[in-house]
Amino acid sequence: MNLLVLNLCLALVWVLLTGTLTLLNLIIGFGIGYFVLLMLRNVFPRARYFRTVPYLIEFLLYFAWELLLANLRVAIDVLTPRHRMHPRVLALPLDVKTDEGITLLANLITLTPGSVSLDVSSDRTVMYLHVMYASDPELVRRTIKEGLERRVIRLLRGIERR
Amino acid sequence: MVQILSFSLLAAGVALMLIAAVGVVRFPDLFMRIHCSAKSPSLGVGLIMLGAALYFDDITVSSKAAVIVMFIMVTSPVGAHVLARAAYFAGVPLWRETLSDELRDHYDLKTHELGRPGATPARRPRPPQPDL
Repeated sequence: MNLLVLNLCLALVWVLLTGTLTLLNLIIGFGIGYFVLLMLRNVFPRARYFRTVPYLIEFLLYFAWELLLANLRVAIDVLTPRHRMHPRVLALPLDVKTDEGITLLANLITLTPGSVSLDVSSDRTVMYLHVMYASDPELVRRTIKEGLERRVIRLLRGIERR
Repeated sequence: MVQILSFSLLAAGVALMLIAAVGVVRFPDLFMRIHCSAKSPSLGVGLIMLGAALYFDDITVSSKAAVIVMFIMVTSPVGAHVLARAAYFAGVPLWRETLSDELRDHYDLKTHELGRPGATPARRPRPPQPDL
């Protein structure tokens, strides 16, 4: 991740040159620094940084959107008199193998309302979740696997092999 | 303009946390209360902090806001997970309309081994634990 340090340095230089220290300006500087590094891509062969950053941004946007949707869903359920949840305890087979990946995935699953991670089996192949809206368990499993887990795997792979 | 935006963000955050508090009272079992209490605040605090950062537009405020959001995002799911896990294994009953429970019968109370579906009472060796 040397490129990340370089990019942060460029952002800092931008802040020093413009002379206004705000978070927005820091972000703008980071964006410009990233663009500069992107222009110099041929200097850094085999750098995964240029793929990891778009993944990270896409991941953050996706996660923020999911968080918002899920919160609204729970809020509607709280405010209407009828309970419309179909809770289940589900087993989710894991494709993430590393401890960091499992931890990250468990935290993200717990952060999105509607699912709480309960435990991981001792051989680390299955994660048990408590899901609030699971009238179709297969659909829940597929959504988590193709939404969150795929992105976590992609992100961690980008960070690990630099 | 920025003021209107920041005020509406603050209002949305507070409303979300109020709804979460109502949900804690209304939901039928402990696990769903955890759903409500532990996670709506993560978005609620996020919105409030975003509103505050927009309003002040100052690096000292916005960096603090960013750090607060980060801490909440890291700690609150861990707390929720630990509570839910402890409650499940302590035998807190699930709501009577819970549709299925795929974890039941996979947990060995003596060895604290947790199996997986399909591999009934599998005597798998514990994965190597790192020395701490």
